[in-house]
Amino acid sequence: MSTISSKQKIEASLKKRYARERRFRLYGVVSISISSLFLMVLLFTIISKGLPAFQQTWINLDVTLSPALLGVDANADPEALFSAKYAKVIKASLKEMFPGVKGRKQKRALKNLVSNSAAWDLRDKVLENPKLIGTTQSFWFLAKDDIDVFMKGGIDRNLPESDRRIKDYQLEWIDKLIAEGRLEKRFNTTLFTAGDSREPEQAGMLGAIMGSFFTMLVTLLLSFPIGVAAAAYLEEFAPQNNRWVDFIEININNLAAVPSIVFGLLGLAVFINFFGVPRSTPLVGGLVLTLMTLPTIIIASRAAIKSVPPSIKEAAIGLGASRVQTLFHHTLPLAMPGILTGTIIGMAQALGETAPLLMIGMVAFVADVPGSIVDPATVMPVQVYLWSDSPERAFTERTSAAIMILLGFLVIMNSAAIWLRKKFERRW
Amino acid sequence: MKHATAITAAFVTLTAASSQVSAAGRDHIEIVGSSTVYPFATVVAETFGNKTKFKTPKIESTGSGGGFKLFCAGNGIKTPDITNASRRIKKSEFDKCAKNGVNSITEVQIGYDGIAIANAKEGPQFNLSLRDVFLALAKEVPGTEPGQLKPNPYKTWKDVNPALPAVKIEVLGPPPTSGTRDAFAELAMEGGCKTFGWIKDLKAASKKAKKAGDKDKAKALKQQYKGICHTVREDGAYIEAGENDNLIVQKLEKNPNALGIFGFSFLDQNGDKVKGAQVDGVEISFDNIADGKYPVSRPLFFYVKNDHVGKVPGIKEYIVEFTEEDTWGPDGYLTEKGLIPLGDEQRAQMAKDARALKPLKLGNE
Repeated sequence: MSTISSKQKIEASLKKRYARERRFRLYGVVSISISSLFLMVLLFTIISKGLPAFQQTWINLDVTLSPALLGVDANADPEALFSAKYAKVIKASLKEMFPGVKGRKQKRALKNLVSNSAAWDLRDKVLENPKLIGTTQSFWFLAKDDIDVFMKGGIDRNLPESDRRIKDYQLEWIDKLIAEGRLEKRFNTTLFTAGDSREPEQAGMLGAIMGSFFTMLVTLLLSFPIGVAAAAYLEEFAPQNNRWVDFIEININNLAAVPSIVFGLLGLAVFINFFGVPRSTPLVGGLVLTLMTLPTIIIASRAAIKSVPPSIKEAAIGLGASRVQTLFHHTLPLAMPGILTGTIIGMAQALGETAPLLMIGMVAFVADVPGSIVDPATVMPVQVYLWSDSPERAFTERTSAAIMILLGFLVIMNSAAIWLRKKFERRW
Repeated sequence: MKHATAITAAFVTLTAASSQVSAAGRDHIEIVGSSTVYPFATVVAETFGNKTKFKTPKIESTGSGGGFKLFCAGNGIKTPDITNASRRIKKSEFDKCAKNGVNSITEVQIGYDGIAIANAKEGPQFNLSLRDVFLALAKEVPGTEPGQLKPNPYKTWKDVNPALPAVKIEVLGPPPTSGTRDAFAELAMEGGCKTFGWIKDLKAASKKAKKAGDKDKAKALKQQYKGICHTVREDGAYIEAGENDNLIVQKLEKNPNALGIFGFSFLDQNGDKVKGAQVDGVEISFDNIADGKYPVSRPLFFYVKNDHVGKVPGIKEYIVEFTEEDTWGPDGYLTEKGLIPLGDEQRAQMAKDARALKPLKLGNE
C-alpha cells in the first residue's frame, strides 16, 4: 500500500517537475526572442534609414573657364588663382545649359542644383593645372542635398507643388539632366574622407573617426598601465585585511557606477581650469575617459589575476623568483587575455560616450580633420548627435549611416575581445 | 617601481605637451553661444574655412547664457573669441565682462529668427492670437475680476476661444534651458498676457515704484508680473520635447492635433510635413518676419572680443565674411538656411561698424 502510494507520489511530482522545467525553458526562449526582436527592429530602422546615405548624386557640367569671368588668366600667381571667382563660372555654365530662367527664386534654385563645394573643387583642379583656364571642360560635381534626396526617392513628385521642396521647374531640369546622362548616383566616398560640414552632401565622418582614434589612444595609453598596475598591486602586494585597502576597493567599485557626466565636470574643473589643458581636444577627452574606464579595467584585471592558479605562483617563488619576477614572468602573461578583454570592453564603452565630453567642449562643430591630440576634435557619437539635430532633411539618413559606422567599430572591438579570449585562454 | 616611473613620465609629457600648446597660441577661432545662431555661424565658418587659408573656426553650441559666461571669463587664448546670442547682452553680463578685463566688445546684429507655432499638414489650420496662446499655456489665468487668478481650466482650444477648433490643447515645445523657450515666453506668452489691463498695470506700477526709489517693491511687482506671464502650465498640456527640433516635427506628423514650437528654419525645411499657425492674423513667412509683422520673432547677434583681434588669426576676415552681402543679404546663403536679414540700411551700417570693430557701450537701462 505504502509503496504504491509513494511511487504514485513520485510520478505525480515528476510530471510537475518536468512541466516546471519546460516552463522555465519557455520563459528563456520568450525573453531571448523579445530582446532579439527589439534588436532587429532597431537595426532594421537604422539600416533601412541609413543605407541611402552610402550613395550620393553627382552632376556633370561643361564648364567654360573664361578668364573674363574668373578675373584671372592662366599666368596669374597662385594667390590670385586661389581667390578667383569660380562660383561665377559654374553659375554661368548652368545658365547656359538652362536658358530662359527668370526671377530671383528660380535663379537661386538653378544655382542650387550643384553643391557650393563645386567652386572649391574647381579651384583645386585649376590650381593643379592653371592651363585649364580658357578651355571648356566636363566635370562631375556633388549635387545639392535637395536634389540628392529627390533622386533617392525622399521627395514624392506626385504631391502638390506647394508641398514639395523640389518645384515643377526644378523637376524639369532634373528630368533633362537625367535624359542627358548628366545625373548619376555613385558610392558616397565623401562620407569616409571628409570632416564635418553643414552641407549634407559635403559632410563626412573622417573628422569624428580621427577624433575618436586620438581620444582612444590617449585613453588606452593612460588607463591600461595605470589600471593593470593598480590591479596587480591590490591583488599581489597590498596588505590583507587593511582598512585602507578595503576603503580603496569600495571606492573603485563605486566609481564604476558613477554617471559619466560627473567625470566630465571633474575634467572641466581639474584638467581644463586647473591644469590648462586646451578645451575640445582629444587630449582632455582622453584624460576624462581614462577616469571613466579605469574602474572597469581594474576590476576586470583583478579578476583575471585572481584566476591564475596559486600553484604557478608558488612554484615560481619556490624556485627562487622574487615576487616582482613572478608577477611579470608568470602571473601577468597568464592573466593577459582576461585583462585585454576587460580593457577592450572598457574602451568600447568609452567609444560610445558623449555625456562627459559635453562639459569639456567636444560637442562642437569642427570641420577640419584633427591631426594630433591637441587639435580641436569631436568623436563619433557626438557626430551622430550633431547630425540628428540639423534641420536639413538629408542629414536624417546620414545620422543613421553614422550610427552604422559607429556600430561597426563597436562590433570590431567586441569581436576582438572574444577572439583574444578564445585564442589565449588557458584552462587548468 | 618601473610602472611608477612610466606613469610619471607619461604625465610629465602630457603636461608638457599641453603647456606647449597654450604657450604657442591658437591658430583657429573659437566660437561659443546660442544654439539658434549655431546653424548660421557654422555655415559661415565653413565657407570662411574653404574660401580663405585660415583654419575653420570651432563652434560650440552652449546656449546664449552659457556663451556669455565663457566669453566673459577673461581675456586670453583659453577663452573664446566670439560668442553667438539669440538675445542682446544683458547689463549684468556686460559688467561681468568688464570686471574680468574684457573691456572692448563689438556687437554685430546678424538678422532675425521667427518662432513658428506649427502643426501637421493634415491637421486643422490654427489662427491664434497671442491672447489665445497665453490662455492656453499659462499655469494660471486671470479670473473674472481684476487681480484674481485661477488655475488654467482650459482643456480644448475651443474653451479658450470659441472660434478655434475643438481639439485638445497639446503643445510640444523646448525645455526651459532653451533660448527658444525664453523668447517664446517673452514674445508670445507675455504678449498675450499684456492684453489684460490689470496685469499690464503691474509692470507700470513696478516702473513707478522704481522711479520713486522703492527698489524692493519694484522688484516684487516685476516678479509677480513675470510669474503670471512666463509660467507655463505643468498639467500635461505643454510637453517638453527636448532641444531637438527635428524630433518635434516627427512627433507632430504622428499627432495631427498637437502643436509644436520651433525655429522658422525647421518649418522652412519641412514645409511638406508641417504648417505654421497664423499669429494675430499674420502668417509666418520670410517677408512677414523681415517686415516685423509676425509678432513672435527676435534679433540674433554675435559678439567679438576685440582684444583677441590680431592675436588669433582670422577674426577680422571672419567678420568680413559674415557681413558680406553674399552671406547675410537678402540673396545670401544664410537666408537659404532660414535667417531673416536686416533691412538694407541697417545692414550696411552694421557691416561698417562691425568691420571697424566699434566697441559696444551699454548705458544704464
